[in-house]
Amino acid sequence: MNLLLVLPIVIPLASAAVSMLVWRSRRTQRAIAVAASLGLLASAIVLLVSVRRVGMIVTEIGSWPAPFGIVLVADLLSALMILVSAIIVVATIIYSLTSIDARHERFGYYPLIMLLMMGVNGAFLTGDIFNLYVWFEVMLISSFVLMVLGAEREQIESGIKYVTLNLASSAFFLTGVGILYAVTGALNMADIARSLPNVTQPALVQAISVIFLVAFGIKAAVFPLFFWLPASYHTPPAAVSAIFAGLLTKVGVYALIRVFTLLFVQDPEFTHRLILVIAGLTMITGVLGAVAQNEFRRILSFHIISQIGYMIMGLGIFTRLALAASIFYVLHHIIVKANLFFVSGIVHRIRGTYDLKRLGGIQTLSPMLSLLFLVPAMSLAGVPPLSGFFAKLGLIRAGISAEEYLIVAAAVVTGFFTLFSMTKIWNEAFWKPAPEPRELPEWRGAARAMMVPVGALALLTILIGLGSGWLFSVSLEASDQILDQALYLRTVLP
Amino acid sequence: MSTLLPIVIGVLYATALYMMLRRSLVKLIIGLALLGQASNLLIFVAAAGRGLVRGGPPIIAEGETVAASTIADPVPQALILTAIVIGFGVLAFALALFHRTYKAVGTDDLDAFTTTEEA
Repeated sequence: MNLLLVLPIVIPLASAAVSMLVWRSRRTQRAIAVAASLGLLASAIVLLVSVRRVGMIVTEIGSWPAPFGIVLVADLLSALMILVSAIIVVATIIYSLTSIDARHERFGYYPLIMLLMMGVNGAFLTGDIFNLYVWFEVMLISSFVLMVLGAEREQIESGIKYVTLNLASSAFFLTGVGILYAVTGALNMADIARSLPNVTQPALVQAISVIFLVAFGIKAAVFPLFFWLPASYHTPPAAVSAIFAGLLTKVGVYALIRVFTLLFVQDPEFTHRLILVIAGLTMITGVLGAVAQNEFRRILSFHIISQIGYMIMGLGIFTRLALAASIFYVLHHIIVKANLFFVSGIVHRIRGTYDLKRLGGIQTLSPMLSLLFLVPAMSLAGVPPLSGFFAKLGLIRAGISAEEYLIVAAAVVTGFFTLFSMTKIWNEAFWKPAPEPRELPEWRGAARAMMVPVGALALLTILIGLGSGWLFSVSLEASDQILDQALYLRTVLP
Repeated sequence: MSTLLPIVIGVLYATALYMMLRRSLVKLIIGLALLGQASNLLIFVAAAGRGLVRGGPPIIAEGETVAASTIADPVPQALILTAIVIGFGVLAFALALFHRTYKAVGTDDLDAFTTTEEA
């Protein structure tokens, strides 16, 4: 058993368990959360380095040989996702130390974040389709609690929508797994990939692939299944919104990339074409939805949707370059989007509202925060030389070389509208004079502490922009790996 | 059984989705519960020929590598059992949440749940 593959799951689990033992001591829980998130980051770095050195790593849980037992598989894509989510959890925990109130902490805020991370990392690592369902549920139940913790009326209402649609999606996922098991007799993803070409009913396989598309599509918030997202992501505390916005939909995107590169590749003319159409519609509807909004976090929520469109655009084009661009996009987006939600939380700490009409004048109050908003905002819109520019450039180049001009046009138009939305937030919240010069007491100290993770993530965005050549070559390696099915089968089923 | 059960599953899915589309919070949760049951039963039946076969227990004698006679496939049962346990936990949470919602909003009419949509 390879310890490296187990650590990203065991560290959060152990820290949550220990936090339960010291339920009454908030200070100890905070210390445990900081230590655990740093440990997670360290283990993620070591995992990525070793995957790059030796290639794909597989471990059989309980030493049951594949395909009978559950395997954990780390290829470059999984390792990259685990690293970037570890970065986000470190930032979230540090941000939470000042931004989360005592009431949340008393109800187990930190252990819940850790259980959420356990689910996320488990989903990235598992090589078993039913086990993926289990990790999704671990992630979901923690996110349900985090979503409604605090029990404001808004949170509870949004919680209903979030819980209902996610449970429905899980039921579809389970249905898909059941039928998939019926036609292949396998649950191990490598084993399924080996048996699927021999299935004599292609229509049935197509139906299963669409069930999976719907199930993961709800989780990833693609058109027309995204309605739960803008109804819910703006209600919990900013730190929770940020980790949800950064990670949760991206687990759905990861699952889509995984099953549509490994399992359902028999009929790309149908499945990947469908994904490409969905990608275009997701981009356009998401960004148009954002134009109509006047609430800081609701604008950002709609932008998550339009960005999901870019991520699955690469999957829809389905070439080496396109997949690499998608992977690059996911990595860049997780950091940038979480950071924008962090900034919105600081603005809320200063003014006590998220409503753009009532906001204003932040640039005179805190020039530093304004600068820190501009970095991720411009990166999201795709302004060079920030990370988002290279992500979009990669996708557009892939689109042009695959001669998919329509989707390229959609991507370019969406980019312009994103720039418009970000300028709107800039003008309304930061630039214009404040309509009501209300400041919450003692915000300076809190804002300074909360700006530490924001600054770190902004620096990372700039670094990704500057080192985009290197990260893109790593993404290309990852894309080569996921396109090489035979390699996956050989490694998992020796 | 193999003709009856698919019909039951179809009815379960249809009822579940119908219930979820009603305006009442209580019907929504009944729908969610039924949806879980429908997919559990589907796994059981879809694996027919594996799960529904009459046969000996799935135990292979010592020293052998394959079963001597036909055996029932234990995997679908394991899947369903896991799904039932997870579904139970999630549903318990949902019930508590729905109770809280009823107290906070004061009605079980889903059309009244619009505060999050006002910008």
